[in-house]
Amino acid sequence: MDLNLVLQLATSGFLLGGVYSLIALGLSLIFGVMKVINFAHGAMLVWGMYIAFTLMNWTGIDPFFSFVASAGGLFVLGYFIQRTVVNRIMTFHEAMQVIAMVGVMMILENMAQLIWGPDPHSPHTRYSLSTIWLGSVMIDIPRLFAFLLAILMAAAVFVFLKYTDIGKSIRASADNRIGALIVGTNVNRVYAVCFGVGAACVGAAGSLLVPLMPISPHTGFPFKLTSFAIVILGGMGSLPGAMIGGLIIGVAESVGSVFIPSSLKQIISFGIMILILLLRPQGLFGGKGS
Amino acid sequence: MKIIYSLLGLILLILLLLPNFVSDYILGVFVLIFFYAYMGQSWNILTGYAGPISLGHSLYLGIGAYISTKLAMDLGVTPWVGMWIGGLGASLIGLAIGFLGFRFGLKGVYFVLLTIAFGEIGRLTALHLKPLGHMMGLFVDFKPGLANFHFRGNLPYYYIALGFMVFSLIVVRVLEVSKWGRYFVALREDEDAAESLGINVFKYKMIAIGLSAFMTALGGTFYANYIFYLHPTSVMSMWVSIEIIMRPIIGGIGTLFGPLIGSLLLTPLSEIARSYFTRAGLEGIHIVIYGLLLVTAVLFFPGGIFSFIQKVLKPILGESRES
Repeated sequence: MDLNLVLQLATSGFLLGGVYSLIALGLSLIFGVMKVINFAHGAMLVWGMYIAFTLMNWTGIDPFFSFVASAGGLFVLGYFIQRTVVNRIMTFHEAMQVIAMVGVMMILENMAQLIWGPDPHSPHTRYSLSTIWLGSVMIDIPRLFAFLLAILMAAAVFVFLKYTDIGKSIRASADNRIGALIVGTNVNRVYAVCFGVGAACVGAAGSLLVPLMPISPHTGFPFKLTSFAIVILGGMGSLPGAMIGGLIIGVAESVGSVFIPSSLKQIISFGIMILILLLRPQGLFGGKGS
Repeated sequence: MKIIYSLLGLILLILLLLPNFVSDYILGVFVLIFFYAYMGQSWNILTGYAGPISLGHSLYLGIGAYISTKLAMDLGVTPWVGMWIGGLGASLIGLAIGFLGFRFGLKGVYFVLLTIAFGEIGRLTALHLKPLGHMMGLFVDFKPGLANFHFRGNLPYYYIALGFMVFSLIVVRVLEVSKWGRYFVALREDEDAAESLGINVFKYKMIAIGLSAFMTALGGTFYANYIFYLHPTSVMSMWVSIEIIMRPIIGGIGTLFGPLIGSLLLTPLSEIARSYFTRAGLEGIHIVIYGLLLVTAVLFFPGGIFSFIQKVLKPILGESRES
């Protein structure tokens, strides 16, 4: 086995894993607080991509700057979706919740198709093909930027949750819903902000992916499934778990393509997901079992 | 109770005579209505009655479709026999998944994610198997004849699909009044309480998933011989599972007529939306509308439409159902 190839794949997987982490962070935050699986997560990613793509076409702003706009746009969208749909279904049967969120997914994904058309776009940036060498390992500049900005965005979310009042309320509601209610937290507002922040994470991630891959209305689906695997690996609702899980899955999928065709790489994520579900359902970083 | 049975008999009579009065296109819509009602009912046995939520039923559909089709194409086994073998195959896979999930005590969303993971692994594996047509998919040769399960026009499929649907209604009705069915509901409502009363929770969940997978796979054979083309993306993706579970959930999960009512409402709606809006060149808008309907239905009928109908009809029919 070629060690250099493995190192190369591990590096590129690690860098993409940073973006996976950001996507999974949003999913885990939403699940941790509201106990709802956001099946529309992939569609939200696509919206983040298209917002960045449109800004790039209209004003020439680079996706690596406009990720802030994607995050803002998705925050508003997430806030709205929570208020209109998610807030009403939180006490429903889980199968009902799945169908409602799938409905939201269908609306978002196909709205994107109506607005931007079904054909894939691959926007070109100045640095599209530029690379730097680190010893014998080649590093893709767009991937490196995407990784650094994803980590930056995740750090911003952690600071928000740790130091702002509303962030503290979100963590309190995640820990103990009833307790938060008793001390007078406006739980509805907290939930809506939380869903907005989760959507902002995935929106920013979408923007960061624009220079890396062609975008089309249905690119979000595999990312959603991968982020399910990451969230299980890290522990449902565990935010550090989502970050580290993203990096692990990124590396595992990338290095796995040494052994199996890359079109099968998702089998690795699902295999990991099944093992973790069976042996350690609380995830690597979750507390006691649920 | 008598009123309901005579009403059902009347409806069945109308459905049997319906092909004399409607066009082939409408019959095609009814084939889909019955097919999805049947698939939804098969799923309903596991999730609606016994409790564990599966979002991986496309796996069983795919296994049933592929086994019976490969048997017919390579060994000349008629699909009428092959469907039962496919059912057994799917049942074994279902039992294996159930064994892992239930033995390790996965509940709620954790079991959902387990079924999604197995479904996706099945799809990806099928995509890379040469005998299943690899990435190209598998075309079923059209050889009309009763033994081959291939027919011209929708009329024979109409009666077969109707038969499937009635069969599933009978199975679930028998289940409802049997010991098994009552155990299913008991463990759905409160697993710990059921266990403390001496019900072997693990055993009855296994029965539920085995039966559910078996029936879903029978439907897979029907699908293969109605559509004549199998591709892992079109028969085994998560989207197919969502199509299967949508109708029983909207109609009323864990009820006898929920899947049929859901299918009667949603299948024509999706057909109408598709044929009207794709012509206008607005691809995707029909799915937006469909999605809006789904969300609205969940928000306004959280217990499903059947329980709403029950509530409305109760004063008219009297106390006809115990639940």
